[in-house]
Amino acid sequence: MIQLRKNIASSDSGFIFNPATGDSYSANPIAADILHHLKSGKSVAEIKTLILGKFDVEAGQLEKDWDDFIAQLREANLTEN
Amino acid sequence: MQKEKYERPLIQKMNAGLMNKFGTRTEYEPVKHIDNVPVKEIIKKYGSPVFVISERTIRRTYQQALRAFRTRYPKVQFAWSYKTNYINAVCNIFHQEGSWAEVVSGFEYRKALGNGVPGNKILFNGPEKTNEELELAVANDSLIHIDHFDELYQLIELTDKMPRKPRVAIRVNMDTGIYPIWDRFGFNYENGTAWNALTKIVASGKLELTGLHCHIGTYMLSANAYAVAVNKLCDLAHNCKSQLNTVIKYIDMGGGFPSSNTLRGAYLPASDTNPSLDEFAEAICSTLLQQGFKQDELPLLMLESGRALIDDAGYLLGSVLANKRLSDGRRATIMDFGVNLLFTAFWYEHKISPAQDFTHHTEDMVLYGPLCMNIDMVRETINLPLLNRGDHVVVHRVGAYNMTQWMQFIQMRPNVVLIDEKGETHLLREAETLAYIEQLEKMPVHLKEFNL
Ligand SMILES: Cc1ncc(COP(=O)(O)O)c(C=O)c1O
Repeated sequence: MIQLRKNIASSDSGFIFNPATGDSYSANPIAADILHHLKSGKSVAEIKTLILGKFDVEAGQLEKDWDDFIAQLREANLTEN
Repeated sequence: MQKEKYERPLIQKMNAGLMNKFGTRTEYEPVKHIDNVPVKEIIKKYGSPVFVISERTIRRTYQQALRAFRTRYPKVQFAWSYKTNYINAVCNIFHQEGSWAEVVSGFEYRKALGNGVPGNKILFNGPEKTNEELELAVANDSLIHIDHFDELYQLIELTDKMPRKPRVAIRVNMDTGIYPIWDRFGFNYENGTAWNALTKIVASGKLELTGLHCHIGTYMLSANAYAVAVNKLCDLAHNCKSQLNTVIKYIDMGGGFPSSNTLRGAYLPASDTNPSLDEFAEAICSTLLQQGFKQDELPLLMLESGRALIDDAGYLLGSVLANKRLSDGRRATIMDFGVNLLFTAFWYEHKISPAQDFTHHTEDMVLYGPLCMNIDMVRETINLPLLNRGDHVVVHRVGAYNMTQWMQFIQMRPNVVLIDEKGETHLLREAETLAYIEQLEKMPVHLKEFNL
């Protein structure tokens, strides 16, 4: 279970703001989608299913990119864990 | 329902208004064609990676360079610097355009002869010339550019057996205000060594002193340095006339004009900083014309420009092997070409374009080659759109020094392809094979077998 920091602000257009650090980020549409689902408390499995249903991507590819994306969130200090 | 196009999820820090070293945004356009030939098709037919050479660009660049000098000085001759790119077909494009050959070894000399360049249109430079090579060059009436005193005496000794008087020049090194001074080649001007060599040549009575040569550096960013060099060579030429009674027939200014590649670590792109070829031509030609040579003794201006004439015409097409993230979080992309093929990655921040459509999202990344060696880095940092495994890229301006200094290291060298002026592709050099690489190896009998 990935938990975003509580105070992270994000918009549907992919703008992310971390008030703790003052850093802002831009997300591409897929990343914005994932962030949106994470904020709404969906599980990782649920989110992956949603992404696979919406975007033209193989499960294996998504799996690889998922890990990388989580690493990006951690690197940016946007997650609790 | 049609699914949406997928792209790797990505977040990117926005540094509000801060211009980083690499510019605030990328103005990348995909490069899907080279001279109207689709990159995809070239890779499909000739594999990846593959070097591609544009015949049209070579001819256009050469003609522009020639025009820059011929419109400013009446007697100009280019000699193609073989070491810059000695794929024979490339040399022949320059020869078809009227270029002589400039070579720096017996190997290159024979290559030029093999291409059909008349011996008396080959300039033989470089610090190593064997007796056999000098004899061959003299037999062909080539222009021998002497590099050091040992070579001068070597040549004088050989003349007893020679059918004709060798035509020679000396290479002169000098202070042109550019440091470090390239003083390891040729004879120094300021300390009198060059003059000493000239007097010895004439006094020997065995050599025909014909020209003066210099090559003051490479990727020169000062046109004025050439004006200084012209003044110094002309000073020697005047002294040859007045004191040695010898008219110097040509002044060879070497090469060294920059290409439009950006040097590693440079803050601004080359297009913003480098003088144009016209500025170099103006500095050289106007200085030459001010020297007071008599009309019938006006020396021929010889030029050995290399990278400025060929860099733009060469492309390297390659593919993404993998993406990964380094321990510090940076993105790394591994390409199927590395410093084995792109020797100039040590000097340049090569422009690299994706060869397919992409979104406006980009990321900073390190670009690595496929070699299992730490040195294999193509770009230390580059901002590119998201690249996926199998995507193609185009590396620009790789025509100079890569197809000669490439290393057969870990990987073999790929195909080299020419796009002619009609848009037809031609294979110029076949991809190497294991059999080709191993054909010179010998296996001692006692090492032929083993049991594991
Ligand atoms: C003697 C000589 N002439 C010409 C050249 C071509 O130089 P560039 O590619 O800088 O024009 C070189 C390259 O090092 C050289 O050594």
